[in-house]
Amino acid sequence: MDLWFNDEHTDSVKLSIKVEKQVFSAQSEEQRIDVLETREFGKILAVDGDIMLTQKDEFIYHELLVHVPMAVNPSIKEVLVIGGGDGGVVRELVKYDSIEIIDVVEIDPLLVEVCSKYLPEMANSLNDPRVHMYHEDGVRFIRSLNDEYDLIIIDSPNPYGAGEGLFTREFYGLCYKALHEDGIMINQHESPFYTDEAYMVQRMHERIIRSFPIVKVYQGFIPSYPSGHWLFGFASKRFHPLNDIQDNRWNMLGIETRYYATRLHKGIFALPVYVERLLKDAE
Amino acid sequence: MDQNRAPIYEALERFRKMRIVPFDVPGHKRGRGNPELVQLLGQQCVGIDINSMKPLDNLCHPVSVIQEAEELAADAFGAYHAFLMVGGTTSAVQTMILSCCKQGDKIILPRNVHRSAINALVLCGAVPVYVNPKTDHELGISLGMEIEDVKSAIEGNPDAKAILVNNPTYYGVCSALEEIVRLGHEHGMKVLVDEAHGTHFYFGRNMPITAMKAGADMASVSMHKSGGSLTQSSFLLIGENMNKGYVRQIINLTQTTSASYLLLSSLDISRRNLALRGEEAFEKVEYLASYARNEINRIGGYYAYGPELINKNSIYDFDVTKLSIHTLDIGLAGIEVYDILRDEYDIQIEFGDLGNILAYISVGDRKQDIERLVTALADIKRRYAKDKTGLMSNEYINPKVILSPQESFYADKESLPIRETVNRVCSEFVMCYPPGIPILAPGELITGDIIDYIIYAKEKGCSITGPEDANINYLNVIKEEG
Repeated sequence: MDLWFNDEHTDSVKLSIKVEKQVFSAQSEEQRIDVLETREFGKILAVDGDIMLTQKDEFIYHELLVHVPMAVNPSIKEVLVIGGGDGGVVRELVKYDSIEIIDVVEIDPLLVEVCSKYLPEMANSLNDPRVHMYHEDGVRFIRSLNDEYDLIIIDSPNPYGAGEGLFTREFYGLCYKALHEDGIMINQHESPFYTDEAYMVQRMHERIIRSFPIVKVYQGFIPSYPSGHWLFGFASKRFHPLNDIQDNRWNMLGIETRYYATRLHKGIFALPVYVERLLKDAE
Repeated sequence: MDQNRAPIYEALERFRKMRIVPFDVPGHKRGRGNPELVQLLGQQCVGIDINSMKPLDNLCHPVSVIQEAEELAADAFGAYHAFLMVGGTTSAVQTMILSCCKQGDKIILPRNVHRSAINALVLCGAVPVYVNPKTDHELGISLGMEIEDVKSAIEGNPDAKAILVNNPTYYGVCSALEEIVRLGHEHGMKVLVDEAHGTHFYFGRNMPITAMKAGADMASVSMHKSGGSLTQSSFLLIGENMNKGYVRQIINLTQTTSASYLLLSSLDISRRNLALRGEEAFEKVEYLASYARNEINRIGGYYAYGPELINKNSIYDFDVTKLSIHTLDIGLAGIEVYDILRDEYDIQIEFGDLGNILAYISVGDRKQDIERLVTALADIKRRYAKDKTGLMSNEYINPKVILSPQESFYADKESLPIRETVNRVCSEFVMCYPPGIPILAPGELITGDIIDYIIYAKEKGCSITGPEDANINYLNVIKEEG
């Protein structure tokens, strides 16, 4: 059987992955959801034809979203996750006993259902008693909140589909309002490599620096994502991601990881010159 | 009639298949002569940018597919006849007035009409009798005409030839249309309705009454607003007491003889779409608008107003698809919120005036975009809310008409610094755009209040248009004798 899945990275670049079988396919009210079984990447979750995650490399993405802010402020208790219905971010969060509340705002109930059936190693974490799931538009959820969270993680899909509102100035502004006075916001920040995404990186950066006093960008390598080179945003009201890192305290927690380490933490904020320039131009 | 048909569209499809060799205009010849244009608009689009010819009929004198399209449109709108218009709703409004008024004839109209109506008076020399539209002082918006005021205008001017009604206004306010039609007809006057913002009334469920249903003689319908057709395309509807041939002649006085088939086919297709699926589509629009109203009112400070305003007179009915929001209570002028939304949030809304903004909701909107708008408003309040003292609300300034629009437009004039024009007669338009309703029209007396208003609106960032001097530092006034 010669069945291949093409993930379009740009109009003229694509990544082809051989598919063993299609495990699931459905159209929800929000989006089309597919689960594919592949030899190299394990199961792939695709939304509207784009790879959201693969079993092989999702840990890189999820660990980078969670452990970076947790090492800077290990006292974080109240966390809001926007998106993240797959449970990947929550799986990392529940490793911390000190976290008390994890609110997850996932607009699409079908996504959660599909993940709990086909990707339980991530989605089982959603059954943790600290987790509260809201099936609502994240933009709407955040609107009325004030001084509620220590950490907001924006685990959004790409900026052109249903998640468009999660990449806007108003959304970042209201995240600021929803955070405590020492709050941190982490967002997936797209890739700096291909032209369209690089432009998006700039737009997002420009919008975030207008809302937060401390804004830094860090990077990770996620082979199944366009170009593999991925950025993340660290925006905060008080903590600096490098000056305030609490290595010893974090290491004492004994959190098990496969990608993140505090010695890596110091390196990932060192960006290639072209990426630094890209961000500088946006400022 | 079979509303599944779209005769112009079908004719264009047949035409495409025939692969006719063009030795006629337009000279780009299906785009081959202008590759950059094809790159921009696409082959589909330039391929049907063609000239009138036998198989495609002719808008100046329709006998085949355009005629059929007009009949289908008339049927869909419940009109005696419908004309396809390619010069915008402006051309439809002007045709209404030119069809009913000649030099020196009187026409009764509210002062908050679109500039196109007063422009028509400049063209034909008719004289306006203004009815003061009521103003909601809280919101600073002008409302509909009250029946009593229309009555006294009729009694004071029994020789008037026509009454023009704005229905609905930009803000969604409807007048007591049936009553006005009855009054007008009783006194032998034609009733003309500028229904630019009311296309959906003809198709939605539980909507305010339409001009044709109310028995009006003519109505201008902006298909390109809520109807979904291309910008500049529009319908002119007439009732059975109008002379169809004469109206066509009036249209042909100013209408192009090379009507664009892009516009014509967009009217044809959009009419079909509305007839078949309009009810469902506008139900969605209504839902989105009322959802947005609730969410915006939950933020606090903003007032997104709706049908609760209805008073069965100056607000006889309300168009619930309109999303108008009063902003003064967060300490910002509407125009300021309008600018902030565009400059800082990448959201373009329809317009902002001194106290309100209007976001246009249509079949093309998605829930997520509504969420963005509401969220941006919440964030603007967080960042900018301040005390509202010193903010001016829109005010209706009752105009004093000294000369007819035509006389004053063509009179000898001089240009004066704006501050020095008080007590002179204006010879040009001054208006905030949008919504394009004149603050001053040719022939009106300039007062200190009006000048203050113009200067304030300019300071707040309203785009003021009309005068010859684009910076509005000078105004043209009529030269005084001696």
